[in-house]
Amino acid sequence: MRRIVRIVSWLYALAVYGFIFLPVVVLVLFSLQSTSFPIPPFTGPSLRWYDVVLSDTRLTSALVNSLLVASISSLAAVTLGFLSAWGFARFVLPGSGLLRGLITLPLTVSYLIIGMGLLVLFNWAGVPKSLLAAGIGHVVINLPLCFAIIYSQMGDHQINIERAARDLGAPEWKVLLLITVPVMAPAIFAGFFLSMTFSWDEFVISFLLTRFDTTLPVEIWNLLRSGLNPKTNAVGSLVFAVSIVLVVLFELTLLRRRKA
Amino acid sequence: MTAPLVDIDSVSHRFGQQTVLKSVSLKIEPGSYTILLGPSGSGKTTLLSILGGFVTPSEGKVFIRGVDCTSLPPAKRPTTTVFQDYALFPHMSVGSNVGFGLRMQGVDGSTRAARARKALALVGLASSFDKKPHQLSGGQRQRVALARALVIEPAVLLLDEPLGALDLKLRRQMQDELKAIQKRVGTAFIHVTHDQEEAMALADHCVVMNDGRIEDEGPPERVYARPATRFSATFMGESTILAGTVTEASDRTSTVATPVGQVSLPSALPVGSAVGLAIRPEHLVLGAAGGGVRLGSAEVSDVVFQGSFKRVLAVSVEDPSLQFIARLPAWAAVQPGDTVAVSCDTDQIILLMD
Amino acid sequence: MTAANNGRALPRAGRALPWALVTPALGWTLLFFVLPFIAMGLSSLTAHEGSGFTVSNYSQFFTNPSYWQAMVNSLEVTAIVTVVSVLLAYPFAWILAEQVPERWQRLALMLAVLPFWTSYVVRSYSWLLVLAQNGVINRALTGIGVVAEPLQLANTRFATVTGFVHFFVMLLTLTIFANLKQLSPSYRKAAADLGAGPVRTFLHVILPLTLPGIMVGAFLTFVLCIGDYITPQILGGNNELLMPQLVMMQIGRRGDFPLASALSIILMAVVTIAYLACARWLKIERA
Repeated sequence: MRRIVRIVSWLYALAVYGFIFLPVVVLVLFSLQSTSFPIPPFTGPSLRWYDVVLSDTRLTSALVNSLLVASISSLAAVTLGFLSAWGFARFVLPGSGLLRGLITLPLTVSYLIIGMGLLVLFNWAGVPKSLLAAGIGHVVINLPLCFAIIYSQMGDHQINIERAARDLGAPEWKVLLLITVPVMAPAIFAGFFLSMTFSWDEFVISFLLTRFDTTLPVEIWNLLRSGLNPKTNAVGSLVFAVSIVLVVLFELTLLRRRKA
Repeated sequence: MTAPLVDIDSVSHRFGQQTVLKSVSLKIEPGSYTILLGPSGSGKTTLLSILGGFVTPSEGKVFIRGVDCTSLPPAKRPTTTVFQDYALFPHMSVGSNVGFGLRMQGVDGSTRAARARKALALVGLASSFDKKPHQLSGGQRQRVALARALVIEPAVLLLDEPLGALDLKLRRQMQDELKAIQKRVGTAFIHVTHDQEEAMALADHCVVMNDGRIEDEGPPERVYARPATRFSATFMGESTILAGTVTEASDRTSTVATPVGQVSLPSALPVGSAVGLAIRPEHLVLGAAGGGVRLGSAEVSDVVFQGSFKRVLAVSVEDPSLQFIARLPAWAAVQPGDTVAVSCDTDQIILLMD
Repeated sequence: MTAANNGRALPRAGRALPWALVTPALGWTLLFFVLPFIAMGLSSLTAHEGSGFTVSNYSQFFTNPSYWQAMVNSLEVTAIVTVVSVLLAYPFAWILAEQVPERWQRLALMLAVLPFWTSYVVRSYSWLLVLAQNGVINRALTGIGVVAEPLQLANTRFATVTGFVHFFVMLLTLTIFANLKQLSPSYRKAAADLGAGPVRTFLHVILPLTLPGIMVGAFLTFVLCIGDYITPQILGGNNELLMPQLVMMQIGRRGDFPLASALSIILMAVVTIAYLACARWLKIERA
């Protein structure tokens, strides 16, 4: 009985892994295609399409734009999220529950609707489409996330640590800089990292709110108009590789932290 | 007489609808070790928070060294607090933790390190200067918290259930150390606990609190031997309590009728008043060779061997609702089912006026 | 007791500091989330051409069968995706949590969600490669002679569902795995000790205890799925429209902001209703 469960389990797990990996394997494999169509039979391996991608200035500038938007908007989101989490966790504010609810509300609304709202507003206010507009949208989606992560980590123990610092004579700004930020660093870092990931991968808001200068997902979307194309495979594989490297780095720093 | 170091003047405090302190007044002498003892919800922790400056009382005033500190922030008053969870800064070394208060005062790095080392040596942790808090055991963290609070030389050190997180053996050991450190530095300690053994072992001055009020205060020997109220007679150690009514009184003696017979007491009491007579377990005598006051007989219901003594529960034959709690030597031959005479000495009876 | 209260009653920091801390975040949310929403609401009540207020954008939705159909399609696809994803992910998460040796679990889980890290757009495109007329699957099927002619897999509802399920199986595996690992092993031991076999332990102990977690995951799937534009647009094509595609079409082709706003608000209302229903159901579960 136990043995049958084991065998069935293994087969099932393998099947699901197969399903999960199938598109990624196909993507990477046909990015190495030497001919013009990313379909069987495989004609590679060749780095031809990577060459094409890296010399395409539209794609490379979109990549730089994406990194800029992701890092700046994440920095803004994590700063606003941290300050508000600190305020709500440490002080009694009238209507605190309602206000916290307001800050986390965008989490329940789809990106499409957030993007639509901003598009209508900016259209009325005469704000032109730009990377800045998309960045504003990215802060809207990531701020509640950063707030929720950091707020949930501010427990009673942290409150006591801050009380101890005040008791020993630290003024409020020193409590913040010397105690709260270092102690909360893992949550702050996690919020920033998640924001980076979401902003980096976000499509709909950038699509609606940018025009000429745009982010990488939108530029990849534009490539799709040309149908199946090994160039798209190459871009996708590059994005994948960069993300994996970042994730592994993240895991390693986390592990090191835990061991230290 | 010198002015008290701390003078708490009719302090009351409310959290919302709930009144947690009801007009509490207390004076604390320099260099004393004061214990605030009480069950949870008695208001002892709130009183400590008011002393530390974390809570501003709804009414009343707090003077420290004669200065009105009622609404002074924690940083500006001559108190420091040792928190129950120690609240060590997890990202700083032990040395930096201890030096933090000096750093806030602007003391330069080398002086700071020297004084932090000295404070750590005081608590027996000189070698842990460069360690991180999470590398220490519970008892060691406790000592670091103590050193951190003492290094800035407060007039009053506040300890919030400082031994609550430690296991029993370590707690007893830390008690002795706390007392020794307090004697060495001479700072007034105010220590909150719900453990009456801890209170008796440490206190110069013991304050028993219940339901937002001070029930009793004084040297622990006095509070134990002559508790002022029924609550402090039962909370600070166990007692058997006999309910009685005064039936006769003369100049010096009174007679009290209890369910187990007449008891005469060497004090004048108003006839007809209801009183409680408390007797500590070690003062109850079971068996023939009894004390001066006979308390009827009782059937032993339970005998618990506790190493150095036996704790005996016995139900009164005269009044089955009355249970005697006695402490007998470990060699005493007594078994459940035995019927024994109960007695005690007159001067061991604690009179409680309700 | 009141320890938390004590900590928060920071008496002399003044009232200015706490507000200075929370105002930027609140302001941002009001300015760039609430205000746009109000703008969208107002816009939905105007006509595309002409002035004055009208409810015609909303009445269009209820009278125009093709709009209606988009909502029906969206709900159907979302329901199928949610159910299939949960059914696939639960056993998978269970195997990872119970059958895989402890020391390999972290790696196994990381592998299981690895494709998360490709870009969302690229992931849908990859499925197009797999499902295309002359893609990997059709080549394989015709190669071994299962079918004579390539199957129409891309640009169908099947393709949309496959793309979605791929994404949500990963997401749900993560949440259900976390849920299963949270359960104390004592539950299983206690059940076994009381004479329950593995099947009954699972049915009467493990499943009920993880059900709230599954509900949360399923709800998340529902919300993310019904609002997504990329997957149906790339994989489903324009053969049948889902709500997000309909919204984008109003902006892209016709620049009809009022109608797009009205459709967005209707979509959001559906999600809100689902949330209320789900929240209620979860509460009953707990009681």
